Amino acid sequence: MKMTRNIAVVTWDALVGLAKGFFITFIHLFRRPITEEYPEYKRTLPERSRARIILTRDPNGEERCVACYLCSAVCPVSCISMQSAEREDGRRWAPWFRINFARCIYCGLCEEACPTLAIQLTPDFETCQYKILTLVAEKEDLLVDHGGKNHDYNFYRYAGVTAYQDKGEHIKEAPPVNLKSNLP
Amino acid sequence: MTAWIMGFILLVIKLSVVLVVLLLVAAYLVFAERKLLARLQIRLGPNRAGPFGLMQPMADAVKLLAKEDVVPEKVDRLIFLLAPVVVAATAILIFAVVPFGQGWTIGGREIPMVVTDLNVGLLYVLALSSIGVYGVALGGWASNSKYALVGGIRGAAQMISYELSLGLSLVPVVMLAGSFSLVDIVAAQSRYPFLLLQPLAFIIFFMSSVAETKRIPFDLPEAENELVAGYHTEYSGMRFGLFFLGEYITMVVLGSLVAVFFLGGWRGPLLPPLLWFSLKVLAVVFVMIWLRGTLPRLRYDQLMHLGWKVLVPLALLNIVITGGVMLLMGM
Repeated sequence: MKMTRNIAVVTWDALVGLAKGFFITFIHLFRRPITEEYPEYKRTLPERSRARIILTRDPNGEERCVACYLCSAVCPVSCISMQSAEREDGRRWAPWFRINFARCIYCGLCEEACPTLAIQLTPDFETCQYKILTLVAEKEDLLVDHGGKNHDYNFYRYAGVTAYQDKGEHIKEAPPVNLKSNLP
Repeated sequence: MTAWIMGFILLVIKLSVVLVVLLLVAAYLVFAERKLLARLQIRLGPNRAGPFGLMQPMADAVKLLAKEDVVPEKVDRLIFLLAPVVVAATAILIFAVVPFGQGWTIGGREIPMVVTDLNVGLLYVLALSSIGVYGVALGGWASNSKYALVGGIRGAAQMISYELSLGLSLVPVVMLAGSFSLVDIVAAQSRYPFLLLQPLAFIIFFMSSVAETKRIPFDLPEAENELVAGYHTEYSGMRFGLFFLGEYITMVVLGSLVAVFFLGGWRGPLLPPLLWFSLKVLAVVFVMIWLRGTLPRLRYDQLMHLGWKVLVPLALLNIVITGGVMLLMGM
């Protein structure tokens, strides 16, 4: 008797559970789909989402990139290449700078490695091309005329060659040590 | 002689109409399933090709036909090439005995709304659905791939166990109708559908037919998250398309069999018979899609447990009870 009652209870529970499930899915049939239809509706992506790469300029309008090769070295797919050179005032720059977007995996490591905030990723992700070679971006394609995510940052105000400031004049830099007065 | 030729021409016309309609319905069933399933999951579903995505089945067909028909190197070539044909052909052939409307009379000649009224129609249905298993099992075996093989074996084991309860659940229907012919079975439901007399048989038949179509929750032969695509892993192009088509035709056919055996076939008040029949088939198919949107896949042992230890004994019990009641009522 107990056995049959158990079976009855178990069966009833199973049926109720099933009915609940079916009811839930049936209600979902009448809900508004939450799909965003992409080409017609484009949601604004977060500022820090990672897509097309740009080279930014400092507040003075100079290129931030100092051609240190850190981005090129850290790039896991080796899609960044450049040539470094030095200007007459001692400031380094890249005569040419090339990113192969066909290879780029948009990992953002170059942005993290960059000491001057020059290389930055933007939320602009619609970069498809029919021909793969058109995905190779040269410096003039990458260079923009703004500061990207941080407009005020100027690497040379904090460190670097003394072309703009003398020793001890950089922000947060201790005054230069007077070697002679420091003798014991 | 002229009568014979007229009959032949009529038969050919009827055959082609039924075939084209069946294929179209199967193609649009894929679309309907994708749409409905999407709505069950609060998505939109295909809506790009044509208005409301209505051209999607055509686009799919063109894609499948235009794709390369890859035959992997170490397959059993002949069997590999034939297996999808078996699946699709048996599914289409079953529909030959399904009555889908009341006979028309054109020019004093009666045209029955069924391709052929076999007096052993029900046995024919069961036999063909058993042959359909060969397509799955052989396709899995001939592919010479582990996923396909496991899928094929699962398919064979599952279909054999569910074939049994499928057949047994129909015995009471035959007892009540007194005939194996599907036309006679529909005729026997002129006053009320067998669903009212045989709810248990209906449930068993419906569950078995879902298992027979290899659909969720019984889609173990395919089980895309364990077996890639199961028995049709190695297939591509239109051969994959044939498996796919066969599956959806089976869905339509089993939907119409449920309608014929339990819901009174084309019989119904007010509306024309053909419409009633389509409505019933669509209702069954909708429940199948709803099932897919609701239930998770059963484990292999649960599937076997349900088949052998629950459905088969229940079907046998149902036969005994039906026989006893019929004996008592002196039918």
